This record gives sequence, structure tokens and C-alpha cells, in this order.
Amino acid sequence: MAVSRFWRKLRHRYNLIGTHCTTCNTYYYPPRKMCPQCRRDGRIEECRFKGKGVIVTYTVIHAAPENKAVQTPYVLGIVQLDEGPRLTSQIICKPDDARIGMRVQSVFRKLGEDSEQGMIYYGTKFIQD
Amino acid sequence: MTNIGIVSYGAYIPRYRIKIEEIAKIWGDSPDAIKNGLKVYEKSVPDIDEDTATMAVEAARNAVKRKNIDTTRIEAIYTGSESHPYAVKPTSTIIAEAISASPILTAADVEFACKAGTAAMQMCMGLVKSEMIDLGLAIGSDVAQGAPGDALEYTAAAGAVAYIIGRDELAAEIEETYSVTTDTPDFWRREGMPYPEHGGRFTGEPGYFKHVTLAAKGLMEKTNTAPEDYDYAVFHQPNGKFPLRVASLLGFTTKQLKPGYVAPYLGNTYSGSAMMGLAATLDVAKTGERIFVTSFGSGAGSDAFSITVCDCIEEIKNKAPTVQHLLENPLYLSYGMYAKHKRKIKV
Ligand SMILES: [Zn+2]
Repeated sequence: MAVSRFWRKLRHRYNLIGTHCTTCNTYYYPPRKMCPQCRRDGRIEECRFKGKGVIVTYTVIHAAPENKAVQTPYVLGIVQLDEGPRLTSQIICKPDDARIGMRVQSVFRKLGEDSEQGMIYYGTKFIQD
Repeated sequence: MTNIGIVSYGAYIPRYRIKIEEIAKIWGDSPDAIKNGLKVYEKSVPDIDEDTATMAVEAARNAVKRKNIDTTRIEAIYTGSESHPYAVKPTSTIIAEAISASPILTAADVEFACKAGTAAMQMCMGLVKSEMIDLGLAIGSDVAQGAPGDALEYTAAAGAVAYIIGRDELAAEIEETYSVTTDTPDFWRREGMPYPEHGGRFTGEPGYFKHVTLAAKGLMEKTNTAPEDYDYAVFHQPNGKFPLRVASLLGFTTKQLKPGYVAPYLGNTYSGSAMMGLAATLDVAKTGERIFVTSFGSGAGSDAFSITVCDCIEEIKNKAPTVQHLLENPLYLSYGMYAKHKRKIKV
């Protein structure tokens, strides 16, 4: 991952900061500058998600890229935040413990690193609530 | 005179533990001899994706949550650690962003072996007292390093503690602090080396006991207090044995130590050690009670604090996980999994 690309999204990754359209009361993560439903009538404000949600679906990763290999097997899931939006995230639990519908909450973890010399990427993952 | 002290605090301990038996088995040591010698039975281990920065963020977020702090009021962040993830790129910058205190604040990382966190507290105390800042955040966080097979491996643990220092709505007032610092080569790590070196078993006397005793006695003299004036006492816990011995040398009782004596089931959390003991004590302390704290960092030095618990403790109690809660429900690792967690083997 390019350092610059990560850095631009860092705030959103660290704190689950997205957007909210006050016209139709829809929440977006990652943040959107325009509401696709309301278009010009949409009023967008920044919002910080509480970090609580539920697992919609998940898969267990056994073969991962080199920089994530040490973590295998790990759970990758789609989490629906209580405010509505869905996002893909690693779920920190034993693969056998993961289940659809499990309540989760956000935690701050290392997402990865380029190499021993490179940047370390931090951000949000989920654990059982 | 302006009163200063702890407005809020938060701790973090990873879920994983390894038992002394599991490590002793690998190196052919007697687990009973180790447990009796060190008075440590198990220690915390970080998850594979946890490091000093992630634990510091979790502790800082717990401190913010406990008192529902407006994080833009935090105008200084100092993070004490000897395991900062970067050699150049401050851990405090990551914390500032992760608690949304950025960008209007001063920040720096602090290093002084196991007492970097209490040094960070003193830095915040000075800035708060002089009214240069509103609130300061002082953190001790470490993923302690011990070379495989070294005696340190039995105690080197992981954890973080964060204190928000301010002037108003104090949960505990810090009345006085007293420090000693000398050039003592009891423990060191050269730049670029993965594990620390130490002077072996003799390091206890010229290092830990000398400095803790000097600082503790100095503080009691400065404040005109004696051990019996305090309800609780916390000393740096490189193992379970040293704090018991130094307490008895100084005239403190095991009853005073009890709530903050966390090393037996946690290990040595280095920069977080004395601060974790203080957090565990604040978890149970009541208004008006007094706490005596002395940290120690190899190299070497000690910071001692005289603290009195205030009314505001009641409203922030149980608003964030207690140290006792964080110690509950551990997940035990085999040595193989432990090595993977600590990256002692390269994959
Ligand atoms: Zn809309």
C-alpha cells in the first residue's frame, strides 16, 4: 500500500469517521461527499461511528499475503455497524468462535506493515462485544 | 496554590497469558524454583497485531471514556516506553490522532527504561501547574523484551496505562513528587539490538533497591509523612518479589500493597508497571485515602508520588474496565504460539 494513500485515509481508519446525510438519515463508511440517494438535496455532515455492530458474513483466511502470513488462520468479516453502513474487517477471534450475527466492537490494531523497514499501518479491527 | 492531579485514567492488558511452567519446560528450568524466586506465575502476551502504540491507544481511549473527556482539551501527550514501534516517528503522534486530540497539541516520546511513564506524568504535572496546558496525557506502554532463555523472559510482559493530568475535577490530587537519578549500568539495550542486556542478579541492590529507597525516603521527608500515613503503597514490580521486599525495608505493610500488587498474574509491564499498580489501587480507593507510589527505571532512577483520592473518583469508577477486569478471562498460550506472538521466530 502506498504511504500517501494510507495517510489520506488515516483519520477515517483510526476512528471510524464517516459521513451522514441529514436529508435521508443515511450513514456512509467510507465517507461520501455526496449522498447518492438525495443528490443535490443531500446535506452531508461528518460523523463518528460508535464502533459497535454485528457480523453479517465472514470467511477464514488460511493463505494470506506474506506480510499477513503470521496471523493465519484469521477471520475476515463484513461488519454492519449499528448506524447502518457495512465494512470489511478482520475479526479478532478463533475461527471456530466466529458466527454470523455475533456482536462486535471496534479496537485499535496493526493492520499490516510494508516490511521490517517500512511503514506500520494502524487502524480498526473488531473483537467480540 | 493550584492543585493538580489525575482527572481520569485508563488501563489496557492484552487477553493472552503464558504460564511460567510453559516457559520453564522449554529451557529445562524448575518451574517451582522460578515461581518461588520471582513470585510471578503467569505474564501477559500481546496479540500478533498489538504493539506499544495499539495498547497505548486502548489505554488512552479508556481514560477518555472514563470521564467523557473532550479530547481537544488535551494539549500535551507524552508516551513513555522502551519498545516504541519506530526508532524515529513518535508513538505519541499515533495516539494523538487515534483519540482525536490532533492537531493543536505538543507531543513527544519519553524513554527511561521502566520509569518513562512516571517521567511523562511529571512532565504533564509541570505544564498543567504552570497553566501552559489545560490537560496533559501521560502514558506508560510496553511490549517488554526478553531474549529467549534469559531470566527476563519469565517476567517481560505487555500492557499500557494512561493518566489524564489536570487542575479541575480531580479524581486524585498529586500533592508532591520526588525523584532520584544516577548513572548506573544495571540494564541497557544498544540501538538496533532486539533484546536488552543486564548485569545479572546483583542488579537488584545498586539498581532497584537503592533508587526506590532513596526516592521513597526523600518524598516522605519532603512531605513530612511516614508509611502509616498512607492507605496504599505501590512500587515498581519487575517481579513479585522486589516490591514486597522494598516495602518491608521501608516500613510499608503487605496490606497497603495489596490492591496494586499486580505482577504475580501479569508480569512486568515495564513503563506501565508502577502506573498499572496505581490504576488498580484507584479502582478500589475511596475519597480521602492516600496512595504512595514509587517507580523505578534502570539506568537508573526513581520517581515517587504522594497522592490523595478526591470526591470525583466516585463518578468515574467503573466507567472504564478496571485492572482486575482486564486480568480476568485470560487465554493461555503454548510456548510455540507465544513465540509466534512475540515474533521470536521469523515466518
Ligand atoms: Zn441523503
